[in-house]
Parts: sequence; C-alpha cells; structure tokens
Amino acid sequence: MTMQTSSLAPAERAVRLLGGDLTERSLRQHLEGLSGVDAVGLEQRAAGLATRSIKTSSKAWALDRIIELIDLTTLEGADTPGKVRSLVAKALTPDASDPTTPRVAAVCVYGDMVPAAVEALGAAHGDPDDGLVSVAAVATAFPSGRASLAVKLADTRDAVAAGADEIDMVIDRGAFLAGDYGTVFEQIVAVKEACRRADGSYASLKVILETGELTTYDNVRRASWLAILAGGDFIKTSTGKVSPAATLPVTLLMLEVVRDWHRLTGEYVGVKPAGGIRASKDAVRYLVTVAETVGEQWLQPHLFRFGASSLLNDVLLQRQKLRTGHYSGPDYVTID
Amino acid sequence: MTRLTIPKTYKLYIGGKFPRSESGRSYEVRAADGGFLANASLASRKDARDAVVAARAAVAGWSGATAYNRGQVLYRVAEVLEGRRAQFVEELQASEGLSAADAARQVDAAIDTWVWYAGWADKFVQVAGAGNPVAGPFFNLSVPEPTGVVATVAPQGEASLLGLVRVVAPALVAGNAVVVVADEAHPLSAISLAEVLATSDLPGGVVNVLTGSPAEIAPWLASHADVNALDLTGAGALEWVDLEIAAADTLKRVTRPEPGVPAPSLDRILAFTETKTVWHTKSLL
Repeated sequence: MTMQTSSLAPAERAVRLLGGDLTERSLRQHLEGLSGVDAVGLEQRAAGLATRSIKTSSKAWALDRIIELIDLTTLEGADTPGKVRSLVAKALTPDASDPTTPRVAAVCVYGDMVPAAVEALGAAHGDPDDGLVSVAAVATAFPSGRASLAVKLADTRDAVAAGADEIDMVIDRGAFLAGDYGTVFEQIVAVKEACRRADGSYASLKVILETGELTTYDNVRRASWLAILAGGDFIKTSTGKVSPAATLPVTLLMLEVVRDWHRLTGEYVGVKPAGGIRASKDAVRYLVTVAETVGEQWLQPHLFRFGASSLLNDVLLQRQKLRTGHYSGPDYVTID
Repeated sequence: MTRLTIPKTYKLYIGGKFPRSESGRSYEVRAADGGFLANASLASRKDARDAVVAARAAVAGWSGATAYNRGQVLYRVAEVLEGRRAQFVEELQASEGLSAADAARQVDAAIDTWVWYAGWADKFVQVAGAGNPVAGPFFNLSVPEPTGVVATVAPQGEASLLGLVRVVAPALVAGNAVVVVADEAHPLSAISLAEVLATSDLPGGVVNVLTGSPAEIAPWLASHADVNALDLTGAGALEWVDLEIAAADTLKRVTRPEPGVPAPSLDRILAFTETKTVWHTKSLL
C-alpha cells in the first residue's frame, strides 16, 4: 500500500479540517477542544491487551512480522561507518543460521551516516514492501530539538539529499509545553517541505513527540493531532534517549488518534513506538494492541514500525527456539 | 487463645529472588513417615529458562571477582549456615527421618564442605595451572578458567543438604554460575540453603535453585544452548545417556552420574574449568 499522505502538500490537512484561514487561534481551539483522556481507562485497556496469550503458529507469525516492522537503529555518538555497515549487514541477514528470516523494514541512523548506510545497502536499498530495506535518518537537532529552524531544515535537507527515505524529526517540546502550538506546527510543516526531493516526491516524515517529556496523556493526544495536522506520515513516541520511552498506554493512545483520523478522513497515518522495547513478548503486545485498535491492515511497514536495536536479537532467539525446539542463547546472535 | 503456627512457603530461588513457579504449580513434600510436610514449587521448563538467564547475567561479575574475594564469600556462606544450624537439623529430621545426631552430622559436613572449597578458591589455579617449557624466549602459561553456566542435577534420595552442597560449592570455586535441580523428594533444605546464600554476599543469580522433577527439567537444561556444562551427578535414575547426547549438540562439558554423595575433591573444581594457554615474550629486545 502506498502512503496516500506522501502526495499531500504540507499543512494541507489542517487547511482542510480547520479552514483556509488557518491561524494559531483556530489551531489552539481545535487542540484544546479535544476531549480529555481517561487515564485509568487507557491503562486498564492497555493492561488488558497485554494479557493476550499468543502461542505456536500465531507466535511464529508474530515474530516474523515483528522483524519486518523493525527500524534497526543505532544512534550513538560513537557510531562509525563500520558500525553502520555491520548494522546494515544485520538488517539484510538478521540470522545467518536461518536464511528464511525476513529482513527488517529500515535502518535508522544519524543524518551524517546516511551515505554509509546507502552505500552498504547498495541494490538492497528500497521499499520494504519489495523485500528491500529503507534508510531512515534522525534530523532536526535530534534528540533535543534545541536549534534554530534554519539548522533543523538544513539537517533535514542534507539527509534527504544523501538518500534517506524517511526522516525522523523531533518536535520542539519546549514550545509545545509553553502552549506555543503555532511554532511547533510551523516547524513540522517546514520540515515536511524540506523532505521534498528534486523530483517533487517527499521523504516519509516521522514526527517524534517524545512522550516522556510531555508529562500528560492529554498532551500526547494534542501533540498527536498537531503532528498529523501538520502533515506527519508517522507519529513516533520517543527518541529513545529519554525515560520513559515507549509505553503500551501511550502507544494505544496514539493509535486511537490515528484511528480517529482515519475515520474522519480515510487517510492512513503510521505509528512508531521507539525505545525500551527489548523483549519479543513486549513487541507481541504491541502487535495485539495495533490489531485491536486500528486493525490488522496497520501491521505493515508503511503504517507501523518498532524503533529498536536489542529487540531484534531477542526475536531471533525466540525464532531459534521455535525452529530447533531447544532454548538458544546470546552466543547464537550478533553482539551489537 | 492458642497461637497458629505460620507455615513457610517454599519457593524457587532465581536471580537472587524467591519467585513461585511461573507455571503456578506446586507439589506436596512428604515427611519420612508419609505425613504432609509442606508444599514446594514444581518448577517448569520456563523457570529453568529464567534461571539460565539469571545465571548468565551473573557469570561476568562472579568470575571477574578476585579469587580471594570468591573464597571470602564462600567462607561467609559457611558462617551463615553455622548460625542457622538448628533450623537445618530440624528440617532434615522432619524430611529425611534422621535422628538428631545424624542430621547434625550432615549439617556439620555441609558447613565443612563450604569451608574446604572456600579455601581452594585462591589456590586451585596454582595447583592446576602450569608454566610450560617451550622452545623459544616465551613464557607459556596454562591457567584454568571458569566454564560459565553449569546446570546441575543434585544427588537424589539421601543426604539432601550435603548432596546439594557437594555439587554446588565446587562449581562456584572457579567462578561459574549454577542452576541446580534439588532433591525432588527432599527439597526443603535446598530452599533454606538458598536463603542462606541470599544473605551471605553471594551475588544474585550465581546460584539458582529449582525444586521439582529432574526428569522434567533436566532435558531442557541439557539442550539449552546457553548452558556450558552439565553436571549429572544425581541423574542416575534418569535417561542420562539421552541427556548427554542432547548436551553434545552444544559441546557442553558433562559430568556423569555417580551413586550417593560425592566426596569433596579438586577434580570436581577442575571439571568445570577450561584451560587457557597464553604465550608472552620474555623480552622485548
């Protein structure tokens, strides 16, 4: 399925929903007019979904699907081209002992490592729907987002020019918490514009809300709406640099916004929980939550991703257990 | 008003914590005269899996501790065990039907075993290691290094405390972490020993105690790819040849079953070590 949103001009959604005379005031009225989140109900629902038992053939299906939805990530100050190459090798062949293991959806690196990732992928660089691997780059002064708009846009353009298919941007949490929704909105719109390639198509834009810094569920809901209205193709929970990172209730809440948006407009917006998802069991719970909230059609790489690094190894160990019938160990997967 | 006694819940010992079995199962432990003694957790394969994960996490810290420090910690186990001597005597009397004197003898032997093996911690390398003569200007040294995670089936049916100590303590000396399946019929002293271990500076996960059926759990440990050695001392009544075959798939070191309670020996320490040989130039000139 191709993203319907990628052909949209930035801010077009907001204009359609809120009218042509889009002002900070109309945006604020819309966001503050959203109903409050029932925190207890949300957490109960998430806890209920986490109790589902997924076994045998369903588990095998889930494990493979989790791999296909992973953005294999390295976002360290110590990243080197060599480390990116080994990350790409792992993305292409996650488990050398089992060639039937699917490839991950994308590798996610810092902007300056995009050329190294593109070169290492070579002919395998492309759309995950075709069995290829995309390159995602974090941009806009990741992870803090504390830089001028000009710097953020230059950061984004560099990554897109270097061949990034997806841009993971961070919102200006300071402006959001100060109530300055207009600034956050305009920055997302500007970054989306900076995602435009020479041929007029857009790199997919994932908007990181950094929910761990937004403090309340109401803020998460508002930020989700804001990111969608401004033209985000994905809304992503966290950078992975702040604790708490992705949690099941927060992801459920963002999925509900995406569902509401789909009901309202028919458009598909993706969700990416990132950070803190290390065990297959946790990842399976996310799959259940997606299937039960927005439907199984969302369980594809253009609409749902896991931002993770160590999760892949745990999934591979589980796959090996299913295949061989005995427990495997960390000696049988790579050291990252 | 008469006071109700508070019966103890015997749980597993995994990663320094006392969880119930993941499966929620338990089984009745009978006294020597057939009467009800207690309920113990009936560990499942997933408990064994969790125990191996805990043991693996503990290997780096325990094997990285200095030999002297490991010796001190093992000696501390003997000290704490000595302080709870009466409890163990009582427990052994109830579960194994021993006389007070026989039970006391077994507890004393267990304490002495800890002390004996504690003493070896900073000495066995000198005895088992070697400086090898080589035809060149090199030092050539062979030293025993811990194998890693050792899965153990404790002696079954007699001397439940002493049998357990005689298989667990030697594996700890070199710096291994242990997952041990206790005596199925007499598991209570094993869990009480776990309480001693938990309060004597032994890092969590270095020893993990499972109670339940060795026939059920041992095959999972034998085939587990993250277990480095398999001690089948108490597995004589099991299909232990199959266990040895399963262990061979992942090149585990295997110690074969032996009847009764094994005597303390240096061989038991060395059974769970690997020899590392290093070459070093004698001079840079």
